[in-house]
Amino acid sequence: MTASTAPAFGVRHFRTEREADWQRLEALLDLVEKKSPKRLTNEDLVELPRLYRTTLSALSIARETSLDASMIAYLESLSTRAYFILYGCREPLWRQIGGFFAYGWPAAVRGIFPETLLIAALFLASAVAGYFLVLSDPAWFNAIIPPEMASGRDMNATADYLRSTLYDRPKEGGLEVFATFLFTHNAQISIMAFALGFAFGIPTFFLIASNGVLLGAMYAAFIPKGLGVGLTGWLMIHGSTELSAIILAGAAGLHIGRAVAFPGTRTRMAAAGEAGRRAALVMIGVVIMLLVAGLLEGFARQLITADGARFAIAAAMLALWVGYFALGGRRAHG
Amino acid sequence: MAEPRTAADKKERRLRELVTPEGVTLHLRLASAGSRAGAFTVDAVIMLVILIALTVLAFFIIGGFRTIGPAAIIWLLGFFLLRNFYFTLFESGVRAATPGKRMLKLRVVARDGGRLTGGAILARNLMREVEVFLPLIFLLSAQAQGFSNRWLALLGFAWTGIFLFMPLFNRDRLRAGDLIAGTWVVENERPKIAPDLLAANDSARTDAWGFTPHELETYGQFEIQRLEDVLHRNDPDTVTTVAGVIRRKIGRRDQGGSWSEDRAFLEAYYTAARLHLERRLLFGQRKRDKFDSTG
Repeated sequence: MTASTAPAFGVRHFRTEREADWQRLEALLDLVEKKSPKRLTNEDLVELPRLYRTTLSALSIARETSLDASMIAYLESLSTRAYFILYGCREPLWRQIGGFFAYGWPAAVRGIFPETLLIAALFLASAVAGYFLVLSDPAWFNAIIPPEMASGRDMNATADYLRSTLYDRPKEGGLEVFATFLFTHNAQISIMAFALGFAFGIPTFFLIASNGVLLGAMYAAFIPKGLGVGLTGWLMIHGSTELSAIILAGAAGLHIGRAVAFPGTRTRMAAAGEAGRRAALVMIGVVIMLLVAGLLEGFARQLITADGARFAIAAAMLALWVGYFALGGRRAHG
Repeated sequence: MAEPRTAADKKERRLRELVTPEGVTLHLRLASAGSRAGAFTVDAVIMLVILIALTVLAFFIIGGFRTIGPAAIIWLLGFFLLRNFYFTLFESGVRAATPGKRMLKLRVVARDGGRLTGGAILARNLMREVEVFLPLIFLLSAQAQGFSNRWLALLGFAWTGIFLFMPLFNRDRLRAGDLIAGTWVVENERPKIAPDLLAANDSARTDAWGFTPHELETYGQFEIQRLEDVLHRNDPDTVTTVAGVIRRKIGRRDQGGSWSEDRAFLEAYYTAARLHLERRLLFGQRKRDKFDSTG
């Protein structure tokens, strides 16, 4: 038998019969990728999954029956593109944002609760350590707090001067620049605490502890002069938000470190991936909280100087965050 | 099977399978380290240009208002958003690629083939903070302080190296951000479908050559598909060379002379051999390459 008797069935017709469908799918995919999914008509939206399935089945048939490498490669790339449009596409942005605030964020924060407790305890412990360290030997103060940050608020400062830093209005304006700078600076530090969590959380521990020691040392300068309550009001009006955010950032980093170090029954990769996605959700929230804290610090702290009002705002903010994280989105998503 | 195919092998090693819910296996090819570095370079240049534009804009605003306030705020916020959200913003789009990735035909996908969530995109890009920006800040400050501490500088370089070359040290080409987010970067090439060679050749002309089944079974799928490439590329030298090789292999006397005769021979042989092999495929017999005797 020679090749001349080979029947003329097969790929020739296979391709001519289906090529129009493939071209139509390609045009639709181009439209979605170059412009936006909104450009598709209702008719297109019905067509897209149908064309995807016919192309996919054409691919499996071609693989089994054809040697046309160019056609198989083309079909595979077309199917892959359609697959990612159909299965990999996300919800519209506004619904993602709504979902984030309604349940994504509080649920993610609840998911890292053990780490949050640990980081909060570490922060508190290092603050206490910093406090007693400076009390035992005031020389430590200059070692812990850089002079440009202390700006005169050190162990030798008079009570009057310290009081003036808490209650006097700042001489120069530019509060909004100050607030913006604080926000971007703190957010960058928090993102760093998150990203460094990857190294089993160790650099994160260090970052959080050094912040705690700093706070404790500051208290050691104010408390002996009878300004402990005043400093707390001055700090906490924004601090209840800012410190919560920093602790959450540290906890998010630690969450990843924990998953990398102790993946449990999952593979290390899967554990890291899951932890990373959850921690990243927390981090969007952290940036938002720091924005709020920056505004409170830049404006409210300078404009509101009564202790009572400061404490009221601090407590209200704390209650808001704790309530939101504890209860937010429980009904919607278990 | 033992044919040396190093270039193809290297490509093969970057292939990953994805089984769709319909049960069809699709192949994704992971991006090479080179193209990822290229894409990052493009993005870094774009970010730098935006930053310079931002700074120039800030200076204009200072001039207009005679105060530093608005300019400083725009600059600070702009720099913050650029540094942290440039990649996230672009990768959140339908194409899941930054301009640099688009240029090098890459895209980000979830490793499990599922939905690429906002959390995953954010996680993979926040990790750039330790991979890129931390060593960058470190190097700049080391420069400013005149490399006062050599050990510190060395540590910084080691750190940069670990993260920079991480994609080369694991088989899935993951950088730290991909690891954390459960993503990988794949090639997003769109091959065009080449004209069907079978449709172009009518069978009467092919029959005239009278190839025997033995001649047609000399080669397998691999060689026939390479021949398809040769015919599509239609480079005269290659056509002549390949025609000579095939004639010798199947034992036909070398009657080629002009390029068009060689081309006609190759087209006829390709058509006949492909029809023959495809017919056998229908009976479940696949001859993978010339060494495959089972087919």
